[in-house]
Amino acid sequence: MELVILKTDALFFILIASLLAYIFYASKKEHLARPWRTVLKKPMAASALTILAFYLMVAILDSIHFHPEIEGSSSDTLVYSSQVVSLLDEVLKPINKNTETTYSAPFAIYSYAKESRESETGQIIRDYPRLMHAGSHLSDTSEVRSDLIMRSLGALGYWVFAMAILCLILISLRVVKLKSMVSDWQNLGTFFRPSPAQAAAITFAVVCLLISLIATVGPYYHILGTDKVGNDVLFQGVKGIRTGLLIGTLTTLIMLPFAIVLGVAAGYFRGWVDDAIQYLYTTLSSIPGVLLIAAAALMLEVFMTNNAGDFESVTARADLRFLCLCLILGVTAWTGLCRYLRAETLKLKESNYIEASRAFGVLSWSTISQHVLPNLMHIVMISIVLDFSGLVLAEAALTYIDIGVDPSMESWGNMINGARLELAREPVVWWSLFTAFLFMFILVLAANVFADSVRDAFDPRIRELD
Amino acid sequence: MFISPEKGLGSVSSYLTRRILYAFPILIGVNFITFVLFFVVNSPDDMARVHLGNRYVTEDSISNWKSERGYDKPLFIALDSAGKKVFTETIFFDKTVRLFTFDFGQSDSGRDISYDISERMWPSLLISLPVLCLGLLFTLSFALLIAFFRGTYIDSSAVILCVSMMSISGLFYIIGGQYLLSKLLQIVPISGFDDGIASIKFLILPILIGVVGGLGHGTRWYRTIFLEEIHRDYVRTARAKGLSEKGVLYQHVLRNALIPIVTGVVALLPSLFLGSLITEAFFGIPGLGSYTIDAIQSQDFAIVRAMVFLGSVLYILGLILTDVAYTLVDPRIRL
Repeated sequence: MELVILKTDALFFILIASLLAYIFYASKKEHLARPWRTVLKKPMAASALTILAFYLMVAILDSIHFHPEIEGSSSDTLVYSSQVVSLLDEVLKPINKNTETTYSAPFAIYSYAKESRESETGQIIRDYPRLMHAGSHLSDTSEVRSDLIMRSLGALGYWVFAMAILCLILISLRVVKLKSMVSDWQNLGTFFRPSPAQAAAITFAVVCLLISLIATVGPYYHILGTDKVGNDVLFQGVKGIRTGLLIGTLTTLIMLPFAIVLGVAAGYFRGWVDDAIQYLYTTLSSIPGVLLIAAAALMLEVFMTNNAGDFESVTARADLRFLCLCLILGVTAWTGLCRYLRAETLKLKESNYIEASRAFGVLSWSTISQHVLPNLMHIVMISIVLDFSGLVLAEAALTYIDIGVDPSMESWGNMINGARLELAREPVVWWSLFTAFLFMFILVLAANVFADSVRDAFDPRIRELD
Repeated sequence: MFISPEKGLGSVSSYLTRRILYAFPILIGVNFITFVLFFVVNSPDDMARVHLGNRYVTEDSISNWKSERGYDKPLFIALDSAGKKVFTETIFFDKTVRLFTFDFGQSDSGRDISYDISERMWPSLLISLPVLCLGLLFTLSFALLIAFFRGTYIDSSAVILCVSMMSISGLFYIIGGQYLLSKLLQIVPISGFDDGIASIKFLILPILIGVVGGLGHGTRWYRTIFLEEIHRDYVRTARAKGLSEKGVLYQHVLRNALIPIVTGVVALLPSLFLGSLITEAFFGIPGLGSYTIDAIQSQDFAIVRAMVFLGSVLYILGLILTDVAYTLVDPRIRL
């Protein structure tokens, strides 16, 4: 296999590396670690963080791209396919490979549409054909229910086994004590009022159960049905995770340096620097975001049509378009943060310790990096987490009006866009929309709950109110 | 101590003049940004080629297309002209001056943009204004109700409900609403528009969905504002006087909380003309939102540029109105 690093992959890994560096750094500093501990004191936030961690893991798996080897090539030198696939595609291969001809309902073994076929007596009859990959191991179609139950029980068995092993490992590593675990769970009341650790554990266990169900049932049935061209809908939903997460995080990553540098410079240096920067962000923020995005999308489209030859593959092209979308969303989003940072810097500059630092003749640069920036970080943190969910929702809406991600990219917006007319069919094809909305809802809900908790912990004004 | 009404008004008008003058450089900046976006990333030649269809395009037809639309001048600086004309004989100067007189010119397909805009802003307003008013009514009532029950289970479950409603994509409300009300119950048509009184049956669904979609975010936002006011000292004084909780909420909290609420709403008013791109696309409303979408789909640069300019003008107008509203509702603030 030959690794391919797309532009967004590289940025995403930079982001993860800086996240890890921040966690490492914050865990050493009490003043940074304390608010994070308050964040995680809420059971809801702990549970939300667990879900976000799962989403993040899927996105990481989906960001490792490569050209797969072409099987059965006779020559000694390896031949690589021009297709770009990700590690997640490989992991989900049993689900992904099972392509049907058209729609099929969740857990169905018959197709959605009738097809003509020849019966044993030679007559042409129109009937619902059996699906090629769902329940094809069954000879008798009445066995579906019992087969499903058996497989689910099997999944439950795997799950109990895995959870037991995990508990044993944790106990043997002395992370948790068996005695306290048993006493904690003895009264049922804890189930409804769990501690943060318990909430996280319950969430973790539930997600693991779902994964185990998908792993055992997924290869034999289409758990969430198939779409118009017969692709597995569950697989598409999972693939959309990367797009959703990346748009929420890369946009912030791109805008952050501008917002911080310009905001601090405006507030600290005042004078013409302040005027120029204020002019810049007032101008940018006075263009309605969606119109700016529309204009940029239109121009990108023209640019890509005129330079169609510059792109190696469809994936690279879609990737560039995605990056540009993040960029332009970032341009519309940084002005708000910049304004806050400027105001806060103005306030900080009046404080005694900054005055003292300047009176001692400390360079502006060191004053800013030593005294101003650390005191602005809570605003940056709050703004990052608050913006995230809005950006995920914006992706779907923008994609719907054709100014979002590339149509070839797997995203929830594209799923909704492709499926919105399916509700007019009889019987209703609801599963594509359901899947896209479900995956999006879980991510946005978790992000909102987590963001609220972060804001409560980092916003000094709210702490005073309590 | 008090400023006389005439003096107050005088300061308002001089402030307004200053603000309007200050809007000019910003609008020139907006134009500059759109110009960079439109003409530097892709030259007018590129745009002509896309418009005329990429194949079989001759140099003649490109220059024809450009001169028809006034794109045949230099972009920002005309080096071969003399004196003032270095700056005036350019596309940038030409188009910017026209935009400032609200002369949007012709669209790339030859229609008069100003006429289209003046025709299409009313359908947008027919949806966005009721959505704003009804939404405000419902969210404020709910928020006040939740603030009344603050700290109880009603409060916490209402907040959870709000966060859940915020987390649902707006597309879901639209698709779900269309399916439920139009397809299953067949109360209202799925989409479309009509003139006059007949348009009501087409407007109900988009307005309803707009209100429901904004409920979660609005209620939570106003609840925060109310709770902030409730923690103030004057509320404690009012309670100490023996005022009932209802009296405190209506007489003191609501009236004081209205200051940020009213000013926030005033900022939105001018932009109501722009409508919502998504709603109008889904419901087939011939407003400015769908006008923009049509322009994107047919790659009509002139319309998109005009809409960006119009959007910025309305936004700046909103900011100015906000400042005026502040002085009107909050006597402590003087311009």
